[in-house]
Amino acid sequence: MIFTLEQWIALSPILITGASSVVVMIGIAALRQHQLNATLSVMGLNSALLACALLLFGPQLFPELMTTVLPAEVTPLLHIDNYSIFYMGLILSATLATSTLAHPYFDEFKGKPEEFYLLLSLSALGGLVLACSNHLASLFIGVELLSVPLLAMIAYPLHDKHALEAAVKYLILSAAASAFLLLGMALIYADSGTLSFPGLAQHLSAGDASGPYIVIGSVLLLVAVGFKLSLVPFHLWTPDVYEGAPAPVTAFLSTASKTAIFAVLLRFFTEGGGYATGVLIDLLSGLAALSIVVGNLLALRQDNLKRLLAYSSIAHFGYALVALIAAGALAVEAVNVYLLTYVVTNLGAFGIITLVSSPLKERDADHIEDYRGLFWRRPFLTAILTAMLLSLAGIPVTAGFIGKFYILAAAVDARQWLLIGAVVFGSAVGLFYYLRVISIMFMGEMKHIGFDVTLGWEARAGGLVTLLLMLLMLLIGILPDPFLHLISFAGLSAG
Amino acid sequence: MNPHDPLVLVWLIAIPFAGGLFCWLFERTLGIVFPRYVALFTMLSVLALSCWLWATGDYSLSGIGETPQWTLEYQVPWIPRFGISFHLGLDGLSLLLIVLTNVLGVMAVACSWKEIGRYVGFFHLNLLWNLAGVVAVFLALDLFLFFFFWEMMLVPMWFLIAIWGHDTPGGKSRHYAATKFFIFTQASGLLLLLAILGLVFVHHANTGVWTFDYDDLLKAELSPQIEYLLMLGFFVAFMVKMPVLPFHTWLPDAHSQAPTAGSVDLAGILLKTAAYGLMRFGLPFFPNASADFAPIAMGLGALGIVYGAFMTFAQHDVKRLVAYSSVSHMGFVLIGIYAGTTLALQGAVVTMIAHGISAGALFILCGEVYERLHTRDMRKMGGLWATFPYLPPILLFFVLAALGLPGLGNFVGEFLVLLGAWPVNVPVTLIAASGLILAAVYALYMVQRVLHGPAKAEAQVEDLNRREILTLLTLMALLLALGLYPQPVLDASAAPMHALELLYRGAAP
Repeated sequence: MIFTLEQWIALSPILITGASSVVVMIGIAALRQHQLNATLSVMGLNSALLACALLLFGPQLFPELMTTVLPAEVTPLLHIDNYSIFYMGLILSATLATSTLAHPYFDEFKGKPEEFYLLLSLSALGGLVLACSNHLASLFIGVELLSVPLLAMIAYPLHDKHALEAAVKYLILSAAASAFLLLGMALIYADSGTLSFPGLAQHLSAGDASGPYIVIGSVLLLVAVGFKLSLVPFHLWTPDVYEGAPAPVTAFLSTASKTAIFAVLLRFFTEGGGYATGVLIDLLSGLAALSIVVGNLLALRQDNLKRLLAYSSIAHFGYALVALIAAGALAVEAVNVYLLTYVVTNLGAFGIITLVSSPLKERDADHIEDYRGLFWRRPFLTAILTAMLLSLAGIPVTAGFIGKFYILAAAVDARQWLLIGAVVFGSAVGLFYYLRVISIMFMGEMKHIGFDVTLGWEARAGGLVTLLLMLLMLLIGILPDPFLHLISFAGLSAG
Repeated sequence: MNPHDPLVLVWLIAIPFAGGLFCWLFERTLGIVFPRYVALFTMLSVLALSCWLWATGDYSLSGIGETPQWTLEYQVPWIPRFGISFHLGLDGLSLLLIVLTNVLGVMAVACSWKEIGRYVGFFHLNLLWNLAGVVAVFLALDLFLFFFFWEMMLVPMWFLIAIWGHDTPGGKSRHYAATKFFIFTQASGLLLLLAILGLVFVHHANTGVWTFDYDDLLKAELSPQIEYLLMLGFFVAFMVKMPVLPFHTWLPDAHSQAPTAGSVDLAGILLKTAAYGLMRFGLPFFPNASADFAPIAMGLGALGIVYGAFMTFAQHDVKRLVAYSSVSHMGFVLIGIYAGTTLALQGAVVTMIAHGISAGALFILCGEVYERLHTRDMRKMGGLWATFPYLPPILLFFVLAALGLPGLGNFVGEFLVLLGAWPVNVPVTLIAASGLILAAVYALYMVQRVLHGPAKAEAQVEDLNRREILTLLTLMALLLALGLYPQPVLDASAAPMHALELLYRGAAP
């Protein structure tokens, strides 16, 4: 197969990211220096991000230089349109934030920190493939490419028992999920004879969507996705992995990796005919409601901030599913907005945890007691974490409110009263544990100062990223219009 | 600035926001006295601004009715995707409540002068942002904007209670109270958001236009069933905040743990946002459903009056006592709103203002007693009349106001409510009137327990200082003025309240 120039151009973010991981690999082989390798990987990610921006806005900004190449079909596997570009941008930005946060964290690391950036780029590459996946085969490749490096990232501090335990847990469940995914794909193929999303959509709309193979196959597919998105009842690995993994890895896991999976799930539903099978929607509604209720209730009793955020992310993907299920005119837009706000907010929250933590300690600063009275010593740092938690709770002025507003709007539009009930219940319960953390940060003085951020944190790269995330979060919350405008480009046409 | 520059509405919100930020940012460099003066100056300046608006504006227009007309209006697009704009409007009703907010804001700053010794800058940040949020709620004319501020003002309140509140020994903690308050109001807020979305979607389905704007949504055509459902959504959200039985349980807890300024803020202002919401949004959007629902709402109001009064009688904690009496007084407001005659509605407005002042003053007094005796338990008080020369008579004055002594503001309000409700619903009026007697019982019982009898507390504590006497005298003067010459207030609220009555009449079968 010969690619045209347009296809090469459309593929550029993926190509650049792939090339940059090779460059980082060579860089490590040539000179083992933390700063250098981090810079190389960040440069690669930045150019991929720039490529995304040019693909989306180039034709408008420089009409004489560029023509629109989107949407482009690159082999039957990848379909690159505005939607893919939006998610590629989101994943790349999250990866960039992660590597910037990881740099000060791994600076103090006793082992060799360089390979981390290689793994991170590879994992991001898997995410990019998922964002443009238009075929079950590329879905599988993307999922594996995303998860396998992630595994190594979780276990990166090899001397740490918790990290190893988390990695083994993730490995086993991830392998099980892959098995489900493959079996599901096989069953779907047995019924329909195609693995591409448009082909499936055609098959489902033409024939009957309730044949046993196709239903069982898609249910198995959903189980696999449920594992990756840690929806209840497939969530058991989440808190342990979140707790055991180094803080920057947790940040990546909860944002970029989950976002990529959700992006392909949404595309499967809108363009792959997923909505045609009623069983799937019923099942998904059940998963959504369970995730919201169970995730929020289990978060109530957590004393560990990372575990708490793990349960909260379970609930948050339940909310995002509500919009997916709603399926109305607003659904895709609502999911896009929600995931944008979620990524920004969660990165910010984990960013602060990363800044306060250090790999020299036995554990990260993940116990909420580590944050007791932090506000009175580090007002601005704590204000950022507070704002991020309020955003997760969906309080106005923060980005989280805009996201929640969209979810409720989509659900009201589709008259999903039961799920709306779950969202309202979940939000009320959610307030309780977010406020608990906030109240600890503002109460009393700490007995002994176990964790503290280095002085001048705001002037270093990691600190700048969190400040930037805070600004972005408030901007989305207060003046969402430019962002909504951007997202309005990134729609999906129902297949 | 000339009186007709609508940008002044933005200033009303922006000045306290900026002042609050200023208090926090410069506390470290300029010391803890500085935030107090900045906050006082900020609140005095917005108070002056709002009074100046009252003096120079024309409030014969009504923001309620078929085609609302605003004394001042400010609108810029905000989120065009959904037809959301930053739309502020001022009419007589909002003006009165904004003046009340700013008066009590000044008092709240003044009464925490000594009480708050820790984290003074951050305290004033929260206090001022809360006040700014309330003012914005009274001005917002876009439902999204209204909801935005409605929820936003709760966060600073949570901080006020959770950080500077009191832990009752052996009882509930301030965190418990703060979080309970927050969850009650947030959960009901989500219900409000759903009702707003429902209204917007119905309007969108009918016309194809996305809008959250007040003027447009007034014209939304609703089927009776949907109208009733949406009306219930608005009503429940507002009744939690007001609070109406059976959703009042957060109020006594929040009050008893809150710092004085927080209580003043809660009782004096925050509760009024709910009544305002009903008048501005609940009734005009759903006049027919509201007319159908009126007997139930009035019944709930009457129940609240009697229940609140009985519960007040049973309290030992002075602040819980005042809190329950608020439940009772807000019952009058609810009856006034749903009676729907101009008289009753104006009575409700006057009651809101008078209760804001009198409850605020009572909470300030509770705080001052607590600062001196270190207890709020009435069983440990007694004999204060012999201990202090100034505090007891002032306390007596506000207690008498609360029980509805003629000549003071509360009497005017409650009398108008009863007068206006009589032709509409006699049984409810009778029960509500009994509340006046019950109020006399609990109020005088409280006076007896606190002021009379042998002194139980240690003697030799300082009496009120000049700052405290000045704040309380101001509030006394305001309450007396409202009682003796309520005409300016009645004039300002006449047009919107009359428009509300017309809405009811139009809806009545």
